[in-house]
Parts: sequence; C-alpha cells; structure tokens
Amino acid sequence: MQLTGAGMLRRTLGIAFAVLALGTADAGVLPDDRTDVLYHLYDGGGVEIDGPSVLVRKKVGNSVSFVGNYYVDMVSSASIDVVTTASPYTEERTQWSLGMDYLRGNTTMRIGYTNSEESDFDANTYAFSISQDLFGDLTTLTLSYALGDDLVGKADDESFERPLDRQIYGVGLTQILTRKLIASLNVETVTEEGFLNNPYRVVRYADPLKLVGYSFEPELYPNTRTSTAVGLRARYFLPYRAALEAEYRFYTDTWDVDSDTAAVSYIHPWGDWTFTGKYRWYDQTGAHFYRDLFARSEETNFRGRDKELSPLTSDTLTLQAAYEFIKDDGFEVFGFIKRAKVTASLNMLSVDYHDFSDLTAQGAIGEEPLYSLDSDVFQLYFSFFY
Amino acid sequence: MQMTTRRLTRMLLPLMAVVGLYGCGNIEPWVKPYERDKLADPIMALDGDPVSTSYIQHVYEAREGSRGGEGAVGGGCGCN
Repeated sequence: MQLTGAGMLRRTLGIAFAVLALGTADAGVLPDDRTDVLYHLYDGGGVEIDGPSVLVRKKVGNSVSFVGNYYVDMVSSASIDVVTTASPYTEERTQWSLGMDYLRGNTTMRIGYTNSEESDFDANTYAFSISQDLFGDLTTLTLSYALGDDLVGKADDESFERPLDRQIYGVGLTQILTRKLIASLNVETVTEEGFLNNPYRVVRYADPLKLVGYSFEPELYPNTRTSTAVGLRARYFLPYRAALEAEYRFYTDTWDVDSDTAAVSYIHPWGDWTFTGKYRWYDQTGAHFYRDLFARSEETNFRGRDKELSPLTSDTLTLQAAYEFIKDDGFEVFGFIKRAKVTASLNMLSVDYHDFSDLTAQGAIGEEPLYSLDSDVFQLYFSFFY
Repeated sequence: MQMTTRRLTRMLLPLMAVVGLYGCGNIEPWVKPYERDKLADPIMALDGDPVSTSYIQHVYEAREGSRGGEGAVGGGCGCN
C-alpha cells in the first residue's frame, strides 16, 4: 500500500492560498504592481518538499488590478507514517490562482479562483471579499467568503471518488491606533463537509494475536468539521528605525482541537538590508477521536491516528535577511523596474508530540518513546516592483 | 446549524459595532494623513511578502491541526 501526501497537503488547500488570490486588505488603494519568484524547500521528519512559486500582479487602468500565482510542491516522503505503515513515495502537486481587485472610492472588491491538483486530489476554491476604508482611512474593514469544492481520490483505486465541500467566512479589521502603532483583528470560520479523513492512513489497535502486540485498520473521521480562529496582531515602530510585532491566535473546532499561537518578531533595517527575527510558539489539544493505541478493533465510532490531530507543541525560530539591489530613487535605471530585492529566510520548526509513539523505536506496546520532529524550511525569493 | 448561526453572529459583531459607530456621526481621524510617515515605512507593512506568508501558513497548516485567523485577509494599513 502506498501512503500518498494527500493527508499532509489536502487540509491546507483553499485556506492559506485562497487568501493569496485575494491579496491583502488595503481598501482605498490598489496593491503595488510586483512579481515574486520564490523557491521553497521543506526538509524534516523524512519528508522533503520543494518547488517554485511565482506571483505576478499588474494594474490595468486606475481601478483594476489582476494577480496570478503558480505554485508547485514536489514531495519525496519517507515520513514516520510512511515507514511504519506503507512505502516511501514521490508525487507532485501543482496549483494556480487568478484574482482581480476592483477599486471604487474607498471600497475594494476582490474575486479569486484557485485550482490545485495532485494524483489523488483535486481542489477548486472560489473566493470573494470586500474591503472598506473608514474614519479617514484609519480603519479597514474586510468581509470575505470562499467556497471550496474538492474531490478526494485514491491512487490504487480509480473508482474511489469522494466529495469534500468547504466554506470559509472571514471578518478582518485593521486599525491605525497611533502614529507608530497598527493592529489587526481577524476572525475566520471554516466549515467542511464530506470525506475528511485520509483514504490511506490507518489507526493502531491492540491485537494479542500479533507478535508485536498490535494491528492496523483504516481510520474513520466524522464527515463534518467547523472551526473558528481569532487572530490579533500589532506592529509598533520603535524609537529608532525598527519594528516590533506581537501576534496571538486562538483556535477551536468541533473535533475538540483547541490551540493557542503566540509570536513575536523584530524587524531591523540596516542600509540596503532588512533583517527579521521571529519566534513562534504553538500548542494544541488532540481531536476527541484521536488515540495513539486503541484498545481493540473498531473501539470507537470515529478513530484517527494522524499525528497532526494529536496533542502537540511546536516552536519555530525564523531568521530572514532581505537585500534591496534596486532602490526606488525616482530614476528608472533598469527599464520599468522601480525597486527590487532578494530575500533569504530559514524557519527552524520543532514539534513535540505528547501522545504519538515512535513505532520505529523499541519499547513495550503502548510504552514506545514519543515521536518528535525537527524541520528546516528554507525560502529564497526575488521581488520586483514596477 | 444553530451553532453555525451563533458563530456567524459572533463574527459579525465587530462589523455591526463599526457600522454603529459610523452611524453616530463623523469621527475625526486622530492620526492625520501627514502623521503616517512611520506607518508607511515598508518595515511596518503587515504583509510585505504575500507569497512567502502564504507558503509558510501552508507549512504550519500541514504540520499542525489548526487553520485560519492568522491575518492574511486583514492586512494593509490605509496609510498611502
């Protein structure tokens, strides 16, 4: 049996990237024309994922801006799930997005479409948002809605096809508080209905008939999930030219996954360079149907052993440096390009699982050592503004 | 369904509060446009690198059990 990357990739579709198609909320002005060419590499826990992402944004006239994005994940996986229950695999996911912003007075309307395809998963997301500047442009209010229409397949069974529908409701408020302080509040609710589990993943249950003491059977999830996330960010301009940002997010869902996320960033320009350091902490409870080891086969109505649904804590340290090699000094030395920069960034992500055993290690059944994960996430990208 | 309605109502409360405030009369901007030079500095952009931000959110959503609410929808500064 081959365990594909669907479990890792599918849940993220239509959420992180749907907002990319919509862009950011700055109601009274269209986003800058720009092109970004990014290379990304994720390496950790036996998984290597890399690929490009290219974004092009261009105004047409004074009130319309178009944006397009092409993104690829090339996956090579021998993760802990794969080595304990299946075979290593490689696969590719490609995604493209198109969006349009329409500005009228202090109001910006955005529409976006995203398509993502892997060998066993097809996702389409349609997004709409409207932003309004209020109170002399001190406040930007954004309402957003996205509809996801996905189809889950199975690599070794062409007849297997299950729908998954997703709706994302968002309210965002960005507020200038003082001459040096800006804050934003985001509330996002995601409702999903359909085939939510991974068609390949299995759960572990105690089986005295087996030498190792356990066996595996397919996981079975509820077919609905509703989550609400509330995020608060504030960025402050320090007495010298540098900025400090603090973030907090609370998350809860109907599978009993509750989480807290907190982060602090420091941004320091130096000549043509800008350095950023960030520390992020994340902690979650496990889903109510998650068990590392079930007492027997089909012990509960719903069952899962996805480590991302287990109780866990993660820490991330980010170091980033950007160098502006074409400055916006009023002269168009390089044709139509006004400004350009290159950015390198490294995220060091550590995850400690509090109830997910490492089955590759020795130990009595149910007393195996807990699994932990260290990953490096590297990005290198060029940004051109014109 | 009832739970979803309640959640939606809670979500829309900030909107209703803002619209309510707006209806009370004109609020004078307490930070004038000419006082927003520091907020217009690129280091104050809440999302200056949208491609990178989306990618790293994608990584977190793949490695963790939560999604949404991290602010890509609500960025911007209104300081131009």
